[in-house]
Amino acid sequence: MLRRLLALFLILASLGVPAYAVQPDEVLSDPALEHRARELSGQMRCMVCQNQSIDDSDAPLAKDLRILIRERLVAGDSNQQVVDYLVSRYGEFVLLKPRLTAKTLALWSGPFLILLLGALILWRKRRAFAGAPVSEAETGLSPEERKKLDSILKDAG
Amino acid sequence: MIAELGQFALILAFATALYQTTVPLYGAWRGDQRLMAVAPPAAMLQVCLIAVAFGCLTWAYVTSDFSVENVYMNSHSDKPLIYKISGVWGNHEGSMVLWVLILAIFGSAVAIFGGNLPPSLKARVIAVQGSISVAFLLFILLTSNPFNRLDPAPIEGRGLNPILQDPALAMHPPLLYAGYVGLSIAFSFAVAALIEGKVDAAWARWVRPWTLAAWMLLTAGIMLGSWWAYYELGWGGWWFWDPVENASFMPWLVAAALLHSAIVVEKRNALKVWTILLAILAFSLSLLGTFLVRSGVLTSVHSFAVDPARGVFILGILCVFIGGALALYAWRAPVIKSGGLFAPISREGALVVNNLLLTASCAAVFIGTLYPLALESVTGEKISVGPPYFNLTFGPLILPLLLLVPLGPLLSWKRADIWAATQRLWAAAAIAVIVAIAAAAWQWRGPWLAPLGVALGVWLVAGAVVELAAKSNFRKAGAAVAWARVKGLPGAAWGMMLAHAGVGVFVIGVVAITAWKQEVVTVLKPGDSMQIGGRTVTFTGETPFTGPNYSAERGNFSITSSSGATADVWSEKRVFKPSNQPTTEVGIQTYLDGDVYVVIGDRAGDAGRTVRAYYHPLVWMLWLGSLLMFLGGFASIMDRRYRVGAPKKSTAGAAVQPAE
Repeated sequence: MLRRLLALFLILASLGVPAYAVQPDEVLSDPALEHRARELSGQMRCMVCQNQSIDDSDAPLAKDLRILIRERLVAGDSNQQVVDYLVSRYGEFVLLKPRLTAKTLALWSGPFLILLLGALILWRKRRAFAGAPVSEAETGLSPEERKKLDSILKDAG
Repeated sequence: MIAELGQFALILAFATALYQTTVPLYGAWRGDQRLMAVAPPAAMLQVCLIAVAFGCLTWAYVTSDFSVENVYMNSHSDKPLIYKISGVWGNHEGSMVLWVLILAIFGSAVAIFGGNLPPSLKARVIAVQGSISVAFLLFILLTSNPFNRLDPAPIEGRGLNPILQDPALAMHPPLLYAGYVGLSIAFSFAVAALIEGKVDAAWARWVRPWTLAAWMLLTAGIMLGSWWAYYELGWGGWWFWDPVENASFMPWLVAAALLHSAIVVEKRNALKVWTILLAILAFSLSLLGTFLVRSGVLTSVHSFAVDPARGVFILGILCVFIGGALALYAWRAPVIKSGGLFAPISREGALVVNNLLLTASCAAVFIGTLYPLALESVTGEKISVGPPYFNLTFGPLILPLLLLVPLGPLLSWKRADIWAATQRLWAAAAIAVIVAIAAAAWQWRGPWLAPLGVALGVWLVAGAVVELAAKSNFRKAGAAVAWARVKGLPGAAWGMMLAHAGVGVFVIGVVAITAWKQEVVTVLKPGDSMQIGGRTVTFTGETPFTGPNYSAERGNFSITSSSGATADVWSEKRVFKPSNQPTTEVGIQTYLDGDVYVVIGDRAGDAGRTVRAYYHPLVWMLWLGSLLMFLGGFASIMDRRYRVGAPKKSTAGAAVQPAE
């Protein structure tokens, strides 16, 4: 309960405060490592914020995670090792780019399956969608409509 | 007294909406002209009643009547007048009143302008529109009454969230709602057409301008929100793939598909069944957006409702309207007959591809937005779906569409010669390639994909111009005749040109800001400076500042370009009075090549300040591109061919132009 309250407080606190993200004292001296750190932290969720990466957030937790990422990178971890480490500590929820697993298969393939399915349906049913030809008598105007149209055309001309 | 009057007006509006729904529907079924004829006056009465309720609520806000709970919760007597007014829709209850007001305005528009509609169609459209009002008025009256009183009345209100106190954000919700709710017209027309069992060109001529209007308003609303995020949130982000943003982007995508497919119904009498489905989907996504934002199912900045009863109620509305419309569709769609056969390679075929890709990219947004919710409710497992997902799914789906945009309008109806069409685009392709090489030479250190992205944008802009040149037959007819022809082109042709060029300009902006933005974070003392975007930013000092309802620390900066020109900007850390909530105002200086964006941070050491500066190249192209899309919609709506019976000016060329 206390943790929940704390999380709620952090969410509320972060709402009004514009994100300041990375502070000068966090920046690594090695530009290549710093670049990797920025790239990684752009893909990690700040778990007490709403839909912000830890790179964009100024919540204390985000700062801790940014420092953690930098510590791991300085210690010589690869990007993948850093990601695995964070997932082992915080779960899949920390990843803004969910990994492809059985549970996310539908997520990753869904949009493309819908495109394929749509293309297939359109091709198979192209007649139905384009419309079967209909005789003039069926689509044509009724005598009253014809008369009204004629009068409109006469006015317009 | 005023609040009670508003409440009473809402109840009367609910009764009127019930009447507006049932009597005309029954009348149209029985073919009774007198019963059908009650629809327009009922719609007019309804809009008046809801306007009274809205006016009462606004009055309570303007006069700071804190005995009304809603005003107490969301207003403060020190607020400037404009934010007292925008406070009316800056909260759940008030925004729902605005929602039904806009709904009723659209309904009354059909009543006023629908003189040339067949009586039964008009009656049914207004009745369906009324039924949406019934549901949402009931929702307001039962779960979200804005007129609840407090006794004793508090002396002062709790204030509006300071980050919402901003001119762009004051206008953002009304525009967005007008867009969302504007799609209800397309929905009502679709449902009425299904009941009638008949869709014809006249139907499409009605649906298209209303869809255009809704799409324009959505475009403007989304752009304002994005612009606000850019300058207010403090680091220049303009799109976050946040669920609430996605909720407005999905109807935008489907509305874009709908206004393209309605062209086919109008011009070629084909794709009717599909167009009806799109009209239903577009408004369904609007309802879904309302549900996502209003139910609090995604706890985020935009959600004000925490009461689950509301969520369940809106979910019920969602099921009844979407489910009902889709069931009606399944039952009645086979009755609707279409004409107009076409070959796969034709203007119709191109518009079908447009629709397919737009709906698939909408599906990517839909799945990405709802998947975490669905997974959590089924398995209890929490995952995050963020920007990387959308870039990897939405991106590849929208890319082929962008590539094909210039080609589509050059294809002829029914059956087209694709080779002839591509030949006309060689100039556009050549310009795109040249610009790509130039961009690569200029920014050779950036990502290698970026010049290709810029080329795509240029291809879209140049393609739109080629299209216009082809219509005016510029090369053969000579400049004078061509100019006369261009001037005489129908609004729809101009609209398409502007909107497609706008997409291109927007794409260039997105690519530039993504690939080439710069960021510097450092500690500055007064007199210190830093380099960003080829310019020097100097911290000239701090001054305290007091606004109407906040106090601030203002940092002053001067930006010196390489040419020697200087510009002064300031950035503030503000603390708002009632809540002690801090916000930041950023300093932005716009140049032709992009924005220099300065943000003052916390104190660091003796007299030092953390300062972050960003360089956002070509960011103005995002706003210009959106504006061009909006203007394109406007030009299209102004096409005089939509005003059936209006006297036609005899302009050379106008009559022979192929209509869009």
